[in-house]
Amino acid sequence: MTAGGTAAGTLPERAGVAWRKPVDARALGARGRLWTLSTAAHSVPFVATAGILVGIEPGLAPVSLLALAHAWGIPELYANRGAKVVRPQRRRDAAAEHTALGLLGDLVGHEARELHARTGLVAERGRLGVWLVGEAGALLVRPGGRRVHCWCVRAAEESLPSADRTAHLLLALREDETGFATVANLAFSGATWRVARRLAPGMRPALRTAARMARG
Amino acid sequence: MDRTGHTTLAEWSSADDAAFAAAAEAFREQLDAGYYAVVSEGEGQARQVTALPAGADLVILRRPIAGG
Repeated sequence: MTAGGTAAGTLPERAGVAWRKPVDARALGARGRLWTLSTAAHSVPFVATAGILVGIEPGLAPVSLLALAHAWGIPELYANRGAKVVRPQRRRDAAAEHTALGLLGDLVGHEARELHARTGLVAERGRLGVWLVGEAGALLVRPGGRRVHCWCVRAAEESLPSADRTAHLLLALREDETGFATVANLAFSGATWRVARRLAPGMRPALRTAARMARG
Repeated sequence: MDRTGHTTLAEWSSADDAAFAAAAEAFREQLDAGYYAVVSEGEGQARQVTALPAGADLVILRRPIAGG
């Protein structure tokens, strides 16, 4: 144990959320199933309502369509919340951004550097899946590439250049992957294709790359 | 890492005791200010340190992270 009360090799920030159970592969699976159940609980009643209305009175088809739109839209809203965790933040000082980019570039390999230059996200393979690390959040594509968990997490210093914010998260992730997922807040878990639709177009290649890596 | 991108706080070598002592002092000040020190150990690996490792090529000081 260290002086901070956390075991050696664990993220010290875990001490601040000591009540949370460690987010390992098993916990991720459970959370994924909960999100699926929650999505179904929100959508199925609208689908059922649409079917019943049309069954009772075909003239109510427009109302049924409205109900189906709700059934489709609710998961989309959740996915949008998930995709927003990697939305680029406001840029401040161009010189600082350039300097920070150099340090981040030193931390990753050529392919990850190139992907970051194109999409603003750093791909990092972990034990839990393939991570896409952004400035104020991260996406975790689970093995198989079909499900993505969206995590809201940031460095506790707002004035940092964007590449430094990403480097902070990347280093913390490398220190302790489970700790990183434990400290972060889960914003969404669902189908990769659904999150991809809500990402900024420039970021979608990163998710495609991560999904490919997760399948490999 | 800071708002300028990054700042070099100290440079040392294991052969220069005075430089290492100065670096260790600067290191402790940063830890007291709330930074965490991390040694990158190649792609995918990093290790938090609480004492300045004399043999490390680079020690990066980062701010804590928190769920947003």
